[in-house]
Amino acid sequence: MRNRIESIASIIGLAILFLLPLLFSPFNLVLLTEILLMGLFALSFNLLFGYTGLLSFGHAAYFATGAYVCAYLIKISIPFILAVPAGVIGALVVAAVLGYFSVRLDEIYFAMLTLAFGMMVFTIVFQWREVTGGSDGITAVSPTDLGIPGLVVKIDGFANYYYLCLVVFLVAAYCLWRIVRSPFGELLQASRENADRLIFIGIDLRRLRWTAFTIAGLFAGLAGALWAPFQRVANPEMAHWTFSAVPVLMTILGGARSFAGPLIGATVFLLLEHVIQSNQRYFWQWLASWPIFPPSLAERQLDLWNFFLGLLLIPLIIGFRGGLIAYIDKTIAMFNKQLKERGK
Amino acid sequence: MSVATFVVLFLNGLANGMLLFSIAAGLTLIFGVMGVLNFAHGSLYMLGAYLTYWIVVQGQLNFWVALLVAPLIVALVGGAIEIFCLRRIYGQDVSFQLLLTFAFVLLIEDIVRLLWGSAPLTIPQTQFGGTVQLLGRTYPAYNLLIISIAPIVAIGLWALLKWTRWGKLMRAAAQDRIMAGALGINVPRLFTMVFVLGTWLGGVGGVLAAPLRTISPAMGDNVIIESFIVAVIGGLGNLPGSLIGALIIGQLNSFGISIAQRAQVAFPFILMAIALLFRPQGFFGKVRR
Repeated sequence: MRNRIESIASIIGLAILFLLPLLFSPFNLVLLTEILLMGLFALSFNLLFGYTGLLSFGHAAYFATGAYVCAYLIKISIPFILAVPAGVIGALVVAAVLGYFSVRLDEIYFAMLTLAFGMMVFTIVFQWREVTGGSDGITAVSPTDLGIPGLVVKIDGFANYYYLCLVVFLVAAYCLWRIVRSPFGELLQASRENADRLIFIGIDLRRLRWTAFTIAGLFAGLAGALWAPFQRVANPEMAHWTFSAVPVLMTILGGARSFAGPLIGATVFLLLEHVIQSNQRYFWQWLASWPIFPPSLAERQLDLWNFFLGLLLIPLIIGFRGGLIAYIDKTIAMFNKQLKERGK
Repeated sequence: MSVATFVVLFLNGLANGMLLFSIAAGLTLIFGVMGVLNFAHGSLYMLGAYLTYWIVVQGQLNFWVALLVAPLIVALVGGAIEIFCLRRIYGQDVSFQLLLTFAFVLLIEDIVRLLWGSAPLTIPQTQFGGTVQLLGRTYPAYNLLIISIAPIVAIGLWALLKWTRWGKLMRAAAQDRIMAGALGINVPRLFTMVFVLGTWLGGVGGVLAAPLRTISPAMGDNVIIESFIVAVIGGLGNLPGSLIGALIIGQLNSFGISIAQRAQVAFPFILMAIALLFRPQGFFGKVRR
């Protein structure tokens, strides 16, 4: 019964996702594509954080590698269909090399080491001007066609690119979902709960974590490789540590202990960002009426999204580490209980 | 390279390193005693710099007033963070403590933006004693001031930890906080003190840096990474180690540009990665079991 309801719900959900371009304006499609790609980025991060218990603060490095490799190849007229996989492979290689060293440490030292590696990648893309374009990045990345010989598949335009990202996202999310539910995924969760016991029963912990790290890097690279043509640019900010924080925050927001948590987090994060950024002028006008703030405040066009995000995150981290998804689960459970009681 | 150039570069590096030490000392002190990696440290440093601008430029007061008042305000903010938020999650995974301090990075940066705007600000150097003659070159006297203030901070901190009762309690809690608590030390209050002291040091760094650097809301983003590097290569929680680490990074920043140009920027990160991988206790720390 429950399975049937779930499968019907997911079919309806999929149908809605595919029909959205017919209803939505181009701006909303941009937002949706952003949600899909950042959601994938956050899902890949959570394979390490939520499932393996390792907080990576340099996950943007693999995202940026995917973005840069893909953007560079498109710039030298390599077809899109080859550039994206090349970006993914690039991210995979970088993640495999850096991950080999990173998994030697854990807890706070792991976070610091991944941060250091992430900043090394940032320095490379920032300094290697001949290839990466320095601080400007690789600009005007705008492929128009998938590039399969003998077949015209347009990917320019918001709706076309949205469909492309939707298909890739669904496939990737399904792969990740299978991974966390495989015996390998169970081992990852076991290593999060008690690494010592896992070593006692003969599991090679480093190798396990290394594999997880590489897979996470691969999917981050995929998100990045699709992100660069979508934004039409690959720039160094994509490798900076402040960008590594984005999937971390999305995951905390949505909830790290469930598969869909980071996805819900990414959705809420980007929707809230949009709502706040388009309405914050009212907030400035109100603040400008206070004596301690300069009256020119309302005209300064400040972006206070981070302020609201911080305000939202602090209580979530202190009191509600399950994130929004745990809150939703709780509400549903309460609702069910009430229904049952009414049935009596 | 002539002798004069060498001396100037060396002094620049020394000033840079001393400044970095006063910031990183706070970070490493908090980590050493409390085990918390404070991401907001860079933002508190940035707040210190803005408060200096507020006092010196907007308030037309003396720089020494700023050096006295601004770090105290920063320390108060730090105390509030510890008492109202951080204290509640000591029992949790260390990742969540790190993330909580990161939420404050977002908050503090935007509050500063609200109060002072996003445009970069500068404090005119003329207020700080102008220049001195040095081997036929003119050299900013302010750098020499930093070179002399930071060691006072370092010695003061060392004396505090070595000889005062609070210092002994801090060292005890750093070694074993449960045992310290069992012996009747009020560990939560001690932690608040440590966090206040650590953020005060960050504030001092901000005041000292304000006349040297462009003041902008993002100025903390780079400093926090540099402080991490210093703290790691000196050994997290190891104060003398972080002094040596800061001096090395300072000289690297100063001489590196003329020697290795572009690769120089990556060098601190490589140093940090090597330290973490092969000597997690830092290059200058003893192995602690």
